[in-house]
Amino acid sequence: MSKSKAKGKTKTKRKSRKKKFERVDGRKADELRPVKIETGVIPNADGSAYIEMGRNKIIAGVYGPREMHPKRLSKPHRGVLRVRYHMAPFSVDPRRSPAPSRRDTEIGMVMTDALEPALFLERYPRSVIDVYVEIIQADGGTRCASVNAAAVALVDAGIPMKDLVASCAAGKMEDHIVLDLGDYEDKKGQADVPVAYMPKLEEVTLLQMDGILTTDETVEAVELAIEGCKQVYEVQREALKKKYGMDEEDAAEDAEETEELGEEPAESEEEDK
Amino acid sequence: MSAKFETRDIVVPGDLLFEGRARAGDNTYRNEGNIYATRVGLANYNKDRVSVIALEAGFIPLVGDLVIGMVTDIELGQWKVDIGAENEAILTTNDAIGKPFRSYQDMTKILDVGDTIVAKIVDLDRRRTPILSIMGRDLGKARDGFLIDITPSKIPRLIGKKGSMINMILKETRCQVTIGQNGKILISGRNRENEELVVKVIKKIEAEAHTSGLTNRIQEYLKDIKEQRK
Repeated sequence: MSKSKAKGKTKTKRKSRKKKFERVDGRKADELRPVKIETGVIPNADGSAYIEMGRNKIIAGVYGPREMHPKRLSKPHRGVLRVRYHMAPFSVDPRRSPAPSRRDTEIGMVMTDALEPALFLERYPRSVIDVYVEIIQADGGTRCASVNAAAVALVDAGIPMKDLVASCAAGKMEDHIVLDLGDYEDKKGQADVPVAYMPKLEEVTLLQMDGILTTDETVEAVELAIEGCKQVYEVQREALKKKYGMDEEDAAEDAEETEELGEEPAESEEEDK
Repeated sequence: MSAKFETRDIVVPGDLLFEGRARAGDNTYRNEGNIYATRVGLANYNKDRVSVIALEAGFIPLVGDLVIGMVTDIELGQWKVDIGAENEAILTTNDAIGKPFRSYQDMTKILDVGDTIVAKIVDLDRRRTPILSIMGRDLGKARDGFLIDITPSKIPRLIGKKGSMINMILKETRCQVTIGQNGKILISGRNRENEELVVKVIKKIEAEAHTSGLTNRIQEYLKDIKEQRK
């Protein structure tokens, strides 16, 4: 990913700002691409999620906590989170080799670090939580979309979490700070700042920067990205609730019988007739 | 000192449930004096305790649980059994045939890798590895039937109040159903049709576990299907 060098002259920047700035896909500078999340898409996984963020199409599956193999990698005092990021050969043009690349390994590590603060790994000594993320179609900002899908899949797997993790990038395109860069903006833009954020705890768990930004611009980009994360968070919430076909009202109506869920598990029944 | 949701509201991890002094119950954690949810579920406010009834949760093995698992490995004098918990369970020959291991014994003749067993958790060792036993009535190798998986947190719902739900299903379908606390369910009946019916019903219960009036609805659902068959 080559970034064209930033034009450091502030005067030219001022001028260009007066011109009407338009993004390639006609979005506003602080507008996200349409986000759609679905949970429980892989029946054999403990938890799963599918996300469409613009033209990104990503599927995430969670397995565990389960016994770790190879055993020597497990930790005696806490669990391990393992994220595998992988791009399908047909996800980009031209075709990409399916073998894990240096970039895949790095993004897997970055995602691990982004998701770990939300988990209670100390509760799972000697175990592992595996997250598999498969990019079916890539359109810029896959690491952010992957973090979003993985966080939802973790919740769907019933793994206790401190908070959801929402993620979104901001960047600089034609001297403007813009939100959620698409593929074209990612490649032609001057900078890209992916941020992952825990909205309720107000903590940033991932912050990277590719390209050149001034100090002020960096602050602006990060703040914009956090705003984007908050919007993504709302979509994540809706996706999780949608599985139970429930709006806030329906939930309140529920009474009586749901109490059974809270009861102590009774002895299992066995009868022969 | 205030509740942020109504009882039975659906919450997601990170939701602030309660501000101020209260006891943090199941599926919650405390941070700076406030209580937050850790799982998707229904908020539950009691007198002095705030908890979340989980809609998705893993299996936490407890002594006395009946579980259904698959033998994954054979070691000297013991089998490793996958019961869907964070650690694989151990079944020793002592707990399988009531005799200590002898080197002339062919362990694969008792249980082989890939066998499905119905077992009871008799102990957790100091590393919280479950120790199983198949000595007892209705325990041991599963020979026949359907094996399905549901979220372990929905097992109480499937059983119902004092077994109301499961007894109703057993009566209507005349199948034998073994429910493992780990979310695995073994169904065996007289004919395949009835077995498939139970599978269908259990999947329906899992999908609608959080709604009210479920037992009656399932009963009607079963009757409808039966009438269609006639």
